[in-house]
Amino acid sequence: MIQQLPFFYFGGMALVCAILVVASRAAIYSAMALLGMFIHVAGLFIVLDAPFLAGVQLLVYAGAILVLYLFVVMLLNLQGGGATPLQKQTPFAILLSLLAIGELGYLLVKTHFYPKLPAIPHPSVPTLGNSETIGMVLYTQYLFPFEVASVVLLIALVGAIVMARGRGRFRQE
Amino acid sequence: MVPLSWYVALSAMMFITGLVGVLIRRNIVVVLLCIEIMLNAVNINFVAFSDYLHLIDGQIFVFFVITVAAAEVAIGLGIIISLFRLRESVNMDDYNLLKL
Repeated sequence: MIQQLPFFYFGGMALVCAILVVASRAAIYSAMALLGMFIHVAGLFIVLDAPFLAGVQLLVYAGAILVLYLFVVMLLNLQGGGATPLQKQTPFAILLSLLAIGELGYLLVKTHFYPKLPAIPHPSVPTLGNSETIGMVLYTQYLFPFEVASVVLLIALVGAIVMARGRGRFRQE
Repeated sequence: MVPLSWYVALSAMMFITGLVGVLIRRNIVVVLLCIEIMLNAVNINFVAFSDYLHLIDGQIFVFFVITVAAAEVAIGLGIIISLFRLRESVNMDDYNLLKL
């Protein structure tokens, strides 16, 4: 039980923060709850023996992405708003949710919980640390996807500038 | 030792939370936040399986997921700012430009 305590703390808090993101009325509270979720997911990564990813999670998500969200939320000066009721799509929405509930229930009934997972033999214990192993694999086996990822980031950079500059066709409606 | 299925269950619950958020919230910024929740749920799954199978590949994939998430946030927020200039609103119901 005591070994499972970190899982329950980090997992439970991550789930609670995720629910808070959805349930908060103001967008700024949602963003701050998301910060809590990122931190607890990073803790979960440490529990799962991936300390390097935990660091990356904190740096990229909590450091960069969340700040971007906060910038936009404060720039647009979003006032409350909250959940507006569904308008004319209510019957359709009820139908679709019943369908989804039925599907999820069917899947839950058909699932074998706690199946006998085959024991994975511990392969040669990596002598390198976590970040060294990741570096070795990332720059050899996954070199091409890595380069593609850099192109994706470049496109995002150019696209964000073009989108947010606003003097293009969007403006002269 | 925590069983693998608990991580999968936690990941599923977080994913459903994000999905519900995308469906019920009308604020565009919050919808993007809920997409982040879903991506994080997937990341938990990747890392849990990576730990269970003693394979590093799952953690590599989390890198790529984080990359795509960063790109998605940059583009998404650019679109939101652009739309806000157009209509002065962040309510999704105000945007039906593509509707016939």
